[in-house]
Amino acid sequence: MKKYEVVIGLETHIQLNTTSKIFCACKADSWGAEPNTNICPVCSGLPGVLPVLNAEAVQKGALLAAAMHAEINPVSYFDRKNYFYPDLPKGYQITQFDEPIGKGGYMDLEMSDGSSRRVRIHKLHLEEDAGKTKIEQGERLVDFNRCGVPLIEMVTEPDLRSGEEAAQYLTQLRQLLRWIGVSEADMERGHLRCDANVSIREAGSTVLNTKTEIKNVNSIDAVRQAIMEEAKRQIEAVEAGRRIQSYTLDWDADTGTLRKMRSKESEADYRYIREPDLLPVRLSAEEIARVLESLPELPLARRARFIRDYQLSGYDADILTSERSLSDYYEESVRLCGGAAKVVSNWMMNDLSRLMNDTGKSAAQLRLRPADLAEIIRMVEDGKINPATGKSLLGKVEAAGGKPAEIVEREGLGLIADEDALSSQIAAVLAESAAEVESFRAGKESLLGWFVGQVMRRTGGKADPKRTRELLLEQLKR
Amino acid sequence: MNSIHLSARQIAQKVRAGELSALDVLEDHLRQIQTVDGAPGSLRHEHLNPAEENKVHAFIEVTAQRARRQAEQVQALVQRGEDPGPLAGVPVSVKDIFCVEGTTTTAASRILYNFRPPYTATTVERLEKAGALIIGKVNLDEFTYGSSSESSAFQPHPNNPWNTQRVTGGSSGGSAASVAAREVSLSLGTDTGGSIRQPAAFCGVVGLKPTYGRTSRYGLIAFGSSLDCPGPLARDAADAALMLQVLAGMDPKDSTSALAPVPDYLAALQEGVRGMRIGLSRDYDHITYPDTLTGEMSIQAIQPEMNSAVRDAAEVLARLGAEVVEDVPMPNARHGIPAYFVISRVEAASNLHRFDGVKYGYRTGTPVRGLSELYRATRAEGFGLQPKLRILMGMYVSAAQHSAQYYQKALRVRSMIRSDFEQAFDPRGAYRLDALLTPTTPTTAFLRKAVLGDSVLMQYSDQMTVAGNHAGIPAVSIPAGLDPLGLPIGVQFFGMDFREDLILRAAHAYEQATQNAEWRGITPQALRGSEVSA
Repeated sequence: MKKYEVVIGLETHIQLNTTSKIFCACKADSWGAEPNTNICPVCSGLPGVLPVLNAEAVQKGALLAAAMHAEINPVSYFDRKNYFYPDLPKGYQITQFDEPIGKGGYMDLEMSDGSSRRVRIHKLHLEEDAGKTKIEQGERLVDFNRCGVPLIEMVTEPDLRSGEEAAQYLTQLRQLLRWIGVSEADMERGHLRCDANVSIREAGSTVLNTKTEIKNVNSIDAVRQAIMEEAKRQIEAVEAGRRIQSYTLDWDADTGTLRKMRSKESEADYRYIREPDLLPVRLSAEEIARVLESLPELPLARRARFIRDYQLSGYDADILTSERSLSDYYEESVRLCGGAAKVVSNWMMNDLSRLMNDTGKSAAQLRLRPADLAEIIRMVEDGKINPATGKSLLGKVEAAGGKPAEIVEREGLGLIADEDALSSQIAAVLAESAAEVESFRAGKESLLGWFVGQVMRRTGGKADPKRTRELLLEQLKR
Repeated sequence: MNSIHLSARQIAQKVRAGELSALDVLEDHLRQIQTVDGAPGSLRHEHLNPAEENKVHAFIEVTAQRARRQAEQVQALVQRGEDPGPLAGVPVSVKDIFCVEGTTTTAASRILYNFRPPYTATTVERLEKAGALIIGKVNLDEFTYGSSSESSAFQPHPNNPWNTQRVTGGSSGGSAASVAAREVSLSLGTDTGGSIRQPAAFCGVVGLKPTYGRTSRYGLIAFGSSLDCPGPLARDAADAALMLQVLAGMDPKDSTSALAPVPDYLAALQEGVRGMRIGLSRDYDHITYPDTLTGEMSIQAIQPEMNSAVRDAAEVLARLGAEVVEDVPMPNARHGIPAYFVISRVEAASNLHRFDGVKYGYRTGTPVRGLSELYRATRAEGFGLQPKLRILMGMYVSAAQHSAQYYQKALRVRSMIRSDFEQAFDPRGAYRLDALLTPTTPTTAFLRKAVLGDSVLMQYSDQMTVAGNHAGIPAVSIPAGLDPLGLPIGVQFFGMDFREDLILRAAHAYEQATQNAEWRGITPQALRGSEVSA
């Protein structure tokens, strides 16, 4: 058998998390709303009404373009894509065709095996979403709630070479969208939707063969799996001497199989025209500069910096930059801790991440702020509390608030380092243990640990272990 | 005194002063409608009795109750000593292409026969806020697609009040007829290729197409969205100025509406034409018309009275101190109609997509299997001939394989037409015009059924007006005499962007100077026999 390579391009639709829809004042998010309750004359396509562009959608679109290293177009246009469908109330979709908001761009994938790949962006434009239709008891039902929700359509060049890379692209894209705050990027809620174009060719070849389009894949796992299935099917077909036809395929997540939806040999003619109801979208040099300035340090750059500046492992850096508020949290904690980067990393990777799992909160949502974490870590490091107390403090601050030092004070959780207090406890232990003192002084110095344990028991574990040892030795050797 | 003979300015002034009741004004006009209008346009094609043949038939729906409520509000304000607005008590008709909450808005098409919009067009809202009485919705060509108003699905169509065997022009035919027949003082029309100015000329009234963006399109059912302009039809230039004052200005609901400041149009009228530069163009004394068989373009003369009316008007203005500039070149004027044929139809086809029987309006009653049958049957039964022709043409010229040859080319022609005007109006250019004076139409009102069915010839009645829509500039048509058959002649002033004040000044000066002309004493046929005394 010949050696094949898979060629994949992804088309994603990203729902922007604006307050209102792209061309009217309806709420952008209709999650959980009854059908056709979040609509108005504009988004339901009544005659005579006109679209008014939502500036927030333009801002977020431009920010995403910048984050994808695309050029922000100083003058972009909206166009009409004409076709009939019941969920498209105007009979045309307002989209951007030949002069979109972003031009070019790429994303670098960092694969877990250490390899990397640059995926070029073919298209990045703003558009409105359509509604939803479904057939119920032989009747076609239409819900316009989703009409006019702002989307970015982003299409890659056919630069991906495996289901694994496609999954990594989506993982990084989802992270990026949340990182720059333009989308909730929840695939299950359709905030991030993906179609995959798949073809195969002999390894080393540069031709693009007939592709199939897989639709309706709404999780990253499904994208990986569907692409692997489809590549396998195409290889088998070609090996058997059959021709690949330009199908549209539907992914059935329940059975893990692909179903043919329709053959797609001829391209539809959408008769694109400029949208005469909207002015060109003009972004001045100052506005573009403002967008670029507002762009935060991106995940890959921050990951590299964490490895370099904090000497973190790649694994730790991955986790700590998986989400922007988490990585901000980390940096803030390190700063307040006076630079104990590795120690803070350990606390965050273990204890804080457990706390976040248990409470279901993101770093940004925690009541326990970086200042609190830093204070707890410092108390442990300074021997004011023991590590177990430190860990329990995380939960206490999160549950009830309050400053960690005050809780330690109030609840008497601090270690006893005071010489008089410790000395009297030690004296008491030695008075009760005449036989052991005898043995120790006779040379059985291994009993020291036993004495420490006795002091700990008397103090409920609050004796500073280091000081206790020193004082014990002093008194025993007297 | 019958208030139908008063100007809109006089009515508003008297109502505001408490000398005249808005309710009496309304009753006078409702009585006039009763007398001259006849049966309203409807989808039922009953045989008309012969007496109806000569009625005006401007209206599709008379909204007497709405107008009465508004008149009562105006009176209540007057009694409380509050200002009821600059159009207090002025009866206005609205072309049935504007959405008005509480009315059926049909676009004169079967496909919207039952559509009741839950919102009101910004222009109509502004009129009512200014105290105007919306007295009814008037007839038009289906979806405004025509130049005679005969293509309405709601028959009988409007007839020309000067001679009811003649057409009103269109598409704002009901608007022009209702003003000419004194059923209303003012009417709100739309102009996409000449649809305000051409019927205004045919019916002997003033019609103003404002600068694109000067008046809001919100609530106007779109024809060619990049060309459509709402604007006033009125009995004289000053009434048009009064109405434009209310309509003009930025609307946050229409992104293409302009921020440019709105001048005081009525005050501007007083400034006269001394020193104004008025251009004439030889490119507007004929039309260029394609042979229907060969497609060859040939030059055709226009009705000679049209050119003499323009000459006469120029002389009048020259006597008033205007400088007449001869031979201003408008070389691309002849491409206006072919380019319009393409651009307006591409936009129309797209704008008509939403009428599919799914959401509102007409849906086929015949049983269908599946979605595409529903679309086909609904649109086949719901649209008349004109929408269908425009869909076919629009789809054809914007198709991927034809777009470069037709649509993209037409867009380039459009900018060439615009540059003709830019050169003529350029303050540092060779011509430095304030206005360009042309005939409004190639002929006076033609006979009913004479042109209907010849969509190309019908379109050519807009050859003199359409360049203004391509260029987006304002233009006003005013009455300038009668032809030997006693039919009104219109002349037109084109102006530069947002300078409606200048062309209204020229129009007003001409009106003042010709106040005592013999032809101004002649009233439309439909008014003869009705009370004329003031």
